Amino acid sequence: MIEVEKLTKYYGPKAALIDASFTVKKGEIVGLIGLNGAGKTTAMRILTGYMPPTSGKARVASYDVVEKSLEVRKRMGYMPESTPLYTDMSVRDYLTFMGRIKGIDRRSIRHRVDDVMKKTATTSYSNNLIGTLSKGYRQRVGLAQALIHDPDVLILDEPTVGLDPQQVHEVRKLIKDLAGKHTVILSSHILSEISMICSHVIIIHEGRIIAAGAPGSLSRGNTVRMVVRGPERDVRMKLGAVDKVVKVGCKSVESGLGTFDVDCAPGADVRERLAHAVASNGWGLLELSSGGISLEEEFLALVKKEVRI
Amino acid sequence: MSNLLTMTGKELRSHFVSPIAYAVMAFFLVLSGFFFATAVLFSQDSSLRYVFSDMSILLLLIVPLITMRLVAEEKKSGTIELLLTAPLRDGEVVLGKFLAALVFLGVMLAVTGYYALLIWIFGKPDWGAIISGYLGTMLLGAAYLSLGLFTSSLTQNQIIAGALGFALLMLFFLISWVADFTGPQFSGVVRYLGFTDHFDDFTKGVIDLKDAVFYISVVAVSLLLTVRVLESRRWK
Ligand SMILES: Nc1ncnc2c1ncn2[C@@H]1O[C@H](COP(=O)(O)OP(=O)(O)O)[C@@H](O)[C@H]1O
Ligand SMILES: [Mg+2]
Repeated sequence: MIEVEKLTKYYGPKAALIDASFTVKKGEIVGLIGLNGAGKTTAMRILTGYMPPTSGKARVASYDVVEKSLEVRKRMGYMPESTPLYTDMSVRDYLTFMGRIKGIDRRSIRHRVDDVMKKTATTSYSNNLIGTLSKGYRQRVGLAQALIHDPDVLILDEPTVGLDPQQVHEVRKLIKDLAGKHTVILSSHILSEISMICSHVIIIHEGRIIAAGAPGSLSRGNTVRMVVRGPERDVRMKLGAVDKVVKVGCKSVESGLGTFDVDCAPGADVRERLAHAVASNGWGLLELSSGGISLEEEFLALVKKEVRI
Repeated sequence: MSNLLTMTGKELRSHFVSPIAYAVMAFFLVLSGFFFATAVLFSQDSSLRYVFSDMSILLLLIVPLITMRLVAEEKKSGTIELLLTAPLRDGEVVLGKFLAALVFLGVMLAVTGYYALLIWIFGKPDWGAIISGYLGTMLLGAAYLSLGLFTSSLTQNQIIAGALGFALLMLFFLISWVADFTGPQFSGVVRYLGFTDHFDDFTKGVIDLKDAVFYISVVAVSLLLTVRVLESRRWK
């Protein structure tokens, strides 16, 4: 549905996006994740046809975003960063206007507006001025606007930023419900959020894509973290010898306490055997937790590694 | 076409919900009413000639107040990004904004139509001059509006947009004075660019196609420049 090839964008001498390539399949929800200034908004603005890339190509529904911009826009719903809206319009008037400029004809507009208001649970505010709505409801109206012409592709720039936890939860659920019917690209700087909603993650750092894949493939799946009092080398060796253990990494050693990440074969639960290995060598086991390293840590590690290079 | 109408409708609506617009309209009507009263009392004018001249100066002050917000506000709030990524042409956005402003001006001028009615009740109006005067005022106003729209597209700060617009209008208004200082070979060209010379004939009841073409050209050039400014995001 979306094909991006070697996209590069310079603002003057400054590169905001460098050689970015990725594809998104129909019905997927893809998360672009990166720190502020990583280039997420830039990538999205290019896809929406707001501005062209300096070099490289992007296609949406097999239309080039520069040459066939109008065709792309007809098939695309966009919610820009910080959800700009006309605050002096009522929700219904606003959605009607947005629907009309997106090519919905006079006869079906009313029906479409009712439909997206129902979908985004904004029906009871249809006659309220947008300026009087809470941030969470504005976000819903922004989403409704993006959905109004039933686009193939949805591009949502930081859709949950600035919301309270309850609103975040609701907006995430809304987006998740869109999967399958629409192809979605959303951006965020919170990785756990992306791993909750998205089927695919693309990590951008300083304009470059540094990792991409399913959220599961980015976290080190089956990892047990242990805090052990004992000589680092020996602990690593003994733990490594346990059946089904793939690799043992030592994260840090502080005043005799070592923090170890033990990667295990998928599906294997070796926690008891690990505990036994520690105890039988007379070391102290202070902590043992499974569930793997969070994506957040992995993301930060990737970013740090990139910085060092 | 339907896009253009939708765009114009939305802009018209935003003129008529804006408190600034009503303040501007009230200001215009009160002052032009005052000019009308004095003109009728002191000059026994039946063509509204002096009233139109006074309006042309009032519009100089008022048009930047109408136009300053048109693009600048959308740039500031970010809504422009929604318009420019909708399946609309940049030209439709600009033209819709211009047409709505023109309708607003038309409504404001239509209210002053009661001056003509008053003359009709108490005397004998010079209908030809009045109609050509209104036509001239609309054309002049259209030129002002298009320049104001252009300056509004240059910045996201409404105040700066308004000040720039006012400066640009003053420039065109005063330019014929400069003609007095340039040599004879330039004075014709400079005088041609001035707004007032083209306007005077209309107030006297003379409709000259050349004058109309002048104003329409100013509108066309300003609107094209505005579209270019919106497109400039594509060059950076
Ligand atoms: N219009 C612009 N002009 C100049 N530089 C810009 C512009 N927009 C973004 N940048 C720069 O490009 C980089 C990427 O920005 P952006 O795409 O907005 O990042 P993100 O959305 O990931 O926070 C940043 O360093 C930012 O300062
Ligand atoms: Mg951004």
